Amino acid sequence: PTLCLYSVTTTNEAKSEGKSELIPTIKFRHCCLLRNQRCIAAYLYVSFFQRQETNWTEDGRVMLEWFNQYKKSLATFMRSLGGEEGLDITQDMKPPKSLYIEVRCLKDHGEFEIDDGTIILLKKNSQHFLPRWKCEQLIRQGVLEHIMS
Amino acid sequence: METHSYLPVPPGVGMEENFLSLDDILLSHERLPSRTECTFPRLGFLEKSSDSRDIQEGTKMEMPLFLAKGLYERKRRVVSVELPKVYKEGWRTVFNADPTVVDLHKMGPYYYGLGSQLLHFDSPENPEIAQAVLQTFIGRFRRTMDSSQNAYNEDTSALGIWFHLELKATGQKRND
Repeated sequence: PTLCLYSVTTTNEAKSEGKSELIPTIKFRHCCLLRNQRCIAAYLYVSFFQRQETNWTEDGRVMLEWFNQYKKSLATFMRSLGGEEGLDITQDMKPPKSLYIEVRCLKDHGEFEIDDGTIILLKKNSQHFLPRWKCEQLIRQGVLEHIMS
Repeated sequence: METHSYLPVPPGVGMEENFLSLDDILLSHERLPSRTECTFPRLGFLEKSSDSRDIQEGTKMEMPLFLAKGLYERKRRVVSVELPKVYKEGWRTVFNADPTVVDLHKMGPYYYGLGSQLLHFDSPENPEIAQAVLQTFIGRFRRTMDSSQNAYNEDTSALGIWFHLELKATGQKRND
């Protein structure tokens, strides 16, 4: 979001005050924004398709349909924001204070794989110290609870 | 209701990149020796070696491929890219003499991919680079096939990946 803000400010300045020498800087930031967007898109693509392969239960089909709808709506929404850049809303609006957070599991969720391949068993009331960004979706779903000490 | 099986997005063919391909994303993270041909105001904070507010014209830096590609313009006002050693004449002669001898992994994980992407920068040596990359692939093809299919008690998955990367070069030939 900060990058986007800088970009917009510089663009406006270039347009209104005719400072064309700012254009290389604008292009530079634009490249970086597109890069971030690409990485996020690839991550979402992988995470959504992998979810479809996990071991769903009876209400799994409902969840699956929900995910498909969510994915479509999210993509459309992100594209519609901020002109050609789009904006990713699934990230924190303020910089997170730490990379890892303490979470408590509110219900049994089964196995959860984190980036280095380690599998964590999310059992009700178990506590874990996990990467923040990995937990965010589960926190939103009510599976995990962020413990703030 | 259909379920989709998870198919990873493969890398692009030849000079193209696939937007969602993780291989291409990693490839475009590779750095290239470059030189700015104009000033970049207010981005001085990225340049650790100088205290200027701006990036001055003529600054040499290692730029990731995605940035170099995004900034490059044919009229060459913005940025110029130097060929990494492996694609220069010296190394091309080595590859020409015997392509199977070189340890390609030591040269960087994306010899074929990066070689193909370099063609975007309109170097006068482009035809030679394209030839070198292609001939290297052809030269190594048979040995790679043999190794990957006949490895005894060895983990063939690493060779498989290597082979997959080497396969990218065949697409390039059709683009020429």
